[in-house]
Amino acid sequence: MEADRPLWERFRDPGIARALVARVRVRVARELGGHVSLMEVCGTHTVAISRSGIRAALRDAVTLVSGPGCPVCVTSPEDVDAMVALAESGLTVLTFGDMMRVPGSSTSLEAVRARGGRVRLAYSPMDAVSYAASHPDEQVVFLAVGFETTAPGVALAVAQARELPLANFSIYPAHKLIPPALRALLDQEVGVQGFLLPGHVSTVIGRRALAFLAEEYRLPAVIAGFEPVDILMAIDRITHMLVRGEAEVVNAYPRAVREEGNTLAQRAMWSCFAPADAAWRGLGPIPGSGLGLRDGWEDLDACRRYGVWAQPAGAMRTGCRCGDVLRGLLLPPRCPLFARVCTPAAPQGPCMVSSEGACAAYYRYERGDGDDGPQGAGAAGPR
Amino acid sequence: MTAPKGQVLLAHGDGGLLTHRLISEVFLPQLGNPVLARLEDAAVLELEGCRLAFTTDSFVVRPLFFPGGDIGRLAVCGTVNDLSMVGARPLYLSAGFLLEEGLDLEVLERVVASMCSAAAEAGVRVVAGDTKVVERGSVDGVFINTAGLGVVPPALRMGPETVRAGDRLLVSGPVGEHALAVVLARGDLEIESTIRSDCAPLNGLVGDIMTQCPGALRFMRDPTRGGLATVACEMAVACGLDFYLLEDGIPLTEEAGALCDLLGLDPLYLANEGKFLAVVDRDQADRVLEICRAHPLGAGAALVGEARSGRGQAYLVTALGGTRRLDLPAGAQFPRIC
Repeated sequence: MEADRPLWERFRDPGIARALVARVRVRVARELGGHVSLMEVCGTHTVAISRSGIRAALRDAVTLVSGPGCPVCVTSPEDVDAMVALAESGLTVLTFGDMMRVPGSSTSLEAVRARGGRVRLAYSPMDAVSYAASHPDEQVVFLAVGFETTAPGVALAVAQARELPLANFSIYPAHKLIPPALRALLDQEVGVQGFLLPGHVSTVIGRRALAFLAEEYRLPAVIAGFEPVDILMAIDRITHMLVRGEAEVVNAYPRAVREEGNTLAQRAMWSCFAPADAAWRGLGPIPGSGLGLRDGWEDLDACRRYGVWAQPAGAMRTGCRCGDVLRGLLLPPRCPLFARVCTPAAPQGPCMVSSEGACAAYYRYERGDGDDGPQGAGAAGPR
Repeated sequence: MTAPKGQVLLAHGDGGLLTHRLISEVFLPQLGNPVLARLEDAAVLELEGCRLAFTTDSFVVRPLFFPGGDIGRLAVCGTVNDLSMVGARPLYLSAGFLLEEGLDLEVLERVVASMCSAAAEAGVRVVAGDTKVVERGSVDGVFINTAGLGVVPPALRMGPETVRAGDRLLVSGPVGEHALAVVLARGDLEIESTIRSDCAPLNGLVGDIMTQCPGALRFMRDPTRGGLATVACEMAVACGLDFYLLEDGIPLTEEAGALCDLLGLDPLYLANEGKFLAVVDRDQADRVLEICRAHPLGAGAALVGEARSGRGQAYLVTALGGTRRLDLPAGAQFPRIC
């Protein structure tokens, strides 16, 4: 009985997934000139699309370009350098795992730790608060990277530190906001016909906050969950809108996303953060696309406290093209470094470091046998 | 081969690419010999007409106690399982303790009691030991090293060279539980869960298969650090054949699957401490599966794929029917932040 099956199982049903793949392929071939290009904004979608084999199943009909939706990847080299400087100055720096290995212009937090720097993993911002509370003799800085998904948690941690009060806790505010980044991308002419929108970010900000994609840019977009059937239903819906010439922002993840989002989380976020200008790797500076600590909370800002500011970083001399990957201008296998010089073991850029990065997803899940060395074919694909 | 540069990173210890690099660039060039070069879970040595299996392993788990086990149980099972993987009957262990100044004696007592019951369960005895105490801060509470000795049946033919194209791959039960139990026990994630480590001695289960279905087991590894995908890659290289695993066929409990989704972890790369991946003779695979399922430690066993002629690659066939390559992990997996 279909109705007796748990919901999540139906979202993984290979039969349903294969039927959706077939329907999309036929529609694209017959009614959309044989090919469409869509962008998946979220890093978790990128991984799901690669891992499930959706990208390969839709090859030639639908190109799925990865957008700027991996929080570690979009952190600018200037910010990474500043984080490294904090770690090198004897402070205890707590960070999410993937930030450890991201190369700045000269070194990474992992290398600082191996040289004796105090860099520790945190699983949540509250971890950092607990650590600061139990190590009063250390100055603790939490590296706050991420999008709207994790910002409310950081806000709660900051509020807790203020309440206790903790004199030895501060944050390096490097959070980014998704809607301004999408605007910046579209203003730079990104060649995609529709968007697969992030389920987790939308859970916080709501469908309304993304409606501008249809209203101002006339693009179809669908907010999707992360199971294969979720993603394929969204692609099915976007291509259906393209055929009919419609542009809407559809919430296809109603089991988690509301029209107005999670207002409680939003209130928490704006209680101590205010929009700030931020530099994105690949996109450059985007006004109002970051989160800075609000007036009255500046004492918790590590930059002010320790006088460490993001400085313009030297040019990356490695030839790393993560910036182009993040703008959807370059598919990872087309980067000259991909799988030759740049691998997960020796990452040249953040998109190969992060578990949510596009290059790492392609490397892990979509490498054909030809991609091992200098003779490798450019476009990877399972055989 | 030039001397490697730089410093040891934590990632050199995660069983992935950097660990392999350390072995091939630092250890093997100087300590290498034909036995070590096989890089199996245990060395098989011919001594005075007798075949012995010999292995060693160190245990540095944090926290010391977690649902389903503790460092003491782990130190016995880990070494017993390494011996079992080469078809040996484990007999004797040594136990070396590195203790941190200030460690609660009651904690040590509990760890030793747990070792004692695990040894009884596995039918092995601890016959040699050593203790060192180091200054506070030099180790994290207690580190344990165990070495193990076992006897290999004289006629046993096992190892990568015995694998043939067409042989089947069998996993003895659901994957990823040990790593998840330990991560959750650290308390960093504040997730309530009933998940328990699968930490257990496998010699009974392997013994059952060897007695009831002699010659069926070709080659085995226990997927500890790096998980099922990592040992599949290593085994494929050792055999010089391609391994194809069916994603849908790999056993995973609903809870472990849900936790992996929540945290953004790939269960194929998570550590297990009471499972094996075995290459089984094609014609006897169904019988071996029956024997596994009749044993409490193999109740969740499944046939998950096959070996095919190729170049020593491991592949995963996805639910959508695509095929993707499995790789050694580079760096530890971290919970997602998006």
